[in-house]
Amino acid sequence: MSLSSKKDAQRVSLGDSLLVETACAKLAARNVNVFYGEKHAIKDVTLDINCNEVTALIGPSGCGKSTFLRCLNRMNDTIDTCRVTGTITLDGENIYASKVDSVYLRTRVGMVFQKPNPFPKSIFENVAYGPRIHGLTSSRSELESVVLTSLERAGLLEEVRDRLHASGISLSGGQQQRLCIARAIAVSPEVILMDEPCSALDPIATAKIEELIDELQHNFTIVIVTHSMQQAARVSQRTAFFHLGELVECGGTEQIFTNPVNRLTQGYITGRFG
Amino acid sequence: MHVLTLLAVLLCISLLGFRISQSRALSLARTAGLHSLPYHHGQFASLAILLPGLGVILLWSLLEAPLALWLALDHLPVPPNLADGEVRLLIAEISNIAAGYGGRQDPALLAAAWHYRELRQTSFTLAASVAVSVSLGGLVFAWRRVTPSHQARNSVERVLKIFMILCSALAVLTTAGIILSLLFEAFRFFVHVPFTAFLFGLEWSPQKALPAEQIGAVFGAVPLFTGTLLIASIAMLVATPLGLLTAIYTAEYAAPHIRTVAKPLLEILAGIPTVVYGFFAALMVAPALRDTGAMFGISISSESALAAGVVMGIMIIPFVSSLADDIMSAVPQSLREGSLGLGATQSETIRRVVLPAALPGIIGGILLAASRAIGETMIVVMAAGLSAHLTANPFAAVTTVTVQIVTLLVGDQEFDSPKTLAAFALGLVLFVVTLALNFVALQVVRKYREQYE
Repeated sequence: MSLSSKKDAQRVSLGDSLLVETACAKLAARNVNVFYGEKHAIKDVTLDINCNEVTALIGPSGCGKSTFLRCLNRMNDTIDTCRVTGTITLDGENIYASKVDSVYLRTRVGMVFQKPNPFPKSIFENVAYGPRIHGLTSSRSELESVVLTSLERAGLLEEVRDRLHASGISLSGGQQQRLCIARAIAVSPEVILMDEPCSALDPIATAKIEELIDELQHNFTIVIVTHSMQQAARVSQRTAFFHLGELVECGGTEQIFTNPVNRLTQGYITGRFG
Repeated sequence: MHVLTLLAVLLCISLLGFRISQSRALSLARTAGLHSLPYHHGQFASLAILLPGLGVILLWSLLEAPLALWLALDHLPVPPNLADGEVRLLIAEISNIAAGYGGRQDPALLAAAWHYRELRQTSFTLAASVAVSVSLGGLVFAWRRVTPSHQARNSVERVLKIFMILCSALAVLTTAGIILSLLFEAFRFFVHVPFTAFLFGLEWSPQKALPAEQIGAVFGAVPLFTGTLLIASIAMLVATPLGLLTAIYTAEYAAPHIRTVAKPLLEILAGIPTVVYGFFAALMVAPALRDTGAMFGISISSESALAAGVVMGIMIIPFVSSLADDIMSAVPQSLREGSLGLGATQSETIRRVVLPAALPGIIGGILLAASRAIGETMIVVMAAGLSAHLTANPFAAVTTVTVQIVTLLVGDQEFDSPKTLAAFALGLVLFVVTLALNFVALQVVRKYREQYE
């Protein structure tokens, strides 16, 4: 932990061009640029995301942190005018290489969205959706056990055990978001991307999701975009600060929040702008 | 003076009232806070002038003609113990002479006609002066009501609300009237032909001359129902898959610039007059089908249910595609992203998330298209023929309910024979069926609204 923090601090001070390969970088972005038509949304971002860690992306609105997150599982492909340059590797393999299928990529890099978006189906069907389309289970009982395990790991099973066939929409906002997490887990991804997962939730539901993230990091690599600096401080081990499409600083969360190197970072975390 | 002139005068007074009240309110507003804006006071004045004036004119126009005739009849020296018909004849004659059409030069009648004319003129002058004075009264009333505390806006809005209620009541009453007349005339038909013979009879040949007691035998509407069903089914078989696939393309796959061009182009299909579809079906599609059939050794008559059904199906494609497209576009993007984020392909996303979420709305669209297909006439008249065959063969000529309604009512007909009354019975059946379809469609669409959120 302290080692990597020091390395990152060094890296930032030397500038983005110097690449530091950490021992277990799950995802590695190198000189990533994103354009929406003419707009240059992400500028030359180089960032490593370590496995079994929570990496938080913070920064003021419109700084490109969500855009960057969506590059990690090629969700930006669905936007016609979007163009991505540079490389992002998952376990050393470039996900933007032409032979990589974005559909397969997304089974390895799952996503949880800002607003809970359960399908208008039953709770069971919501979680069974991924395993079904990927043919991950061969029998009904196997599917059931996958669904129950996923709900269990998302901390939702106790609340919905007796109404698995009620509509997913009937749940409260926080439960819906945990359902979406269960749905993502059911496909057994390696990385889970979370795009401001708590911004539509009340404090109690938020606390539950944060607890869940703590649990999940033992098995998954998690990247979370958040507006709340307290949340970044609570749940993440590493924090990356974006500003106007550039990665300003990246390092151990503790170091970023107690001893930021860059003045912009310091200004943002102390609330002088944002 | 003429009624139109009178109306113009009333309008002028109301404009005058508007200006006077408004300017008075404006000058008041400089010294005190008004409850309503000056132009509300102006509107209040206009209404206070127009409404009573128009009321007087309306009342007069309803009452004057019968009243004057009644008085004129009284004026006749003839003892008025005449039969009802004769009185009516007399009345017609008097009003004819009064309007300046010759007729019999009976001095008594002539005198009555003169009297009638005079009466009408006096009554008009009377009504006009009453209307104008009532309006002027309204002007004074409104002018005196221009005070800071007067709630002119509320009064104006109340009047406008009542006016809108009347407008909507007009549409509802018209519908009720149509339904009642349908019911009433259909009932008269069922006096001649038993209900069961009509609904379950297998022969339809209303042109046959039969004695009254056997007439039920030729008014069996089953061949018409099957013909309608056959053609509508063929149309739906064409329109549903084509429309649905079109909608999936425009809503999910097409680039925005293609969508903005393709969708209006498709909707043009719905704007082509059905007559044009009709001769397209009769002159192009039907012969082409017949020749193609002959090539494969199938005999297709040159007027066939198939030709009419296929063309009708093309006509209603936009009903299905446009509605389905709107409903699929309304499915939140977040649902698509949720599915794509789980590693689903675009087609899996459409099949498993978008279509199920949009399904009730799509069914609603299909049902609306179906009720359109059932009610369609022109294409069938031109392409499917007029002969009522009880058949399920799409290559044969059939006829539909709407076509028979047209043929029953065209030409010289007496309006109380079973033949013409049958049209009302058919219309009633058609109305009930399309109403049921619309009702189901509305229910389905309503259920859809509760789906997400």
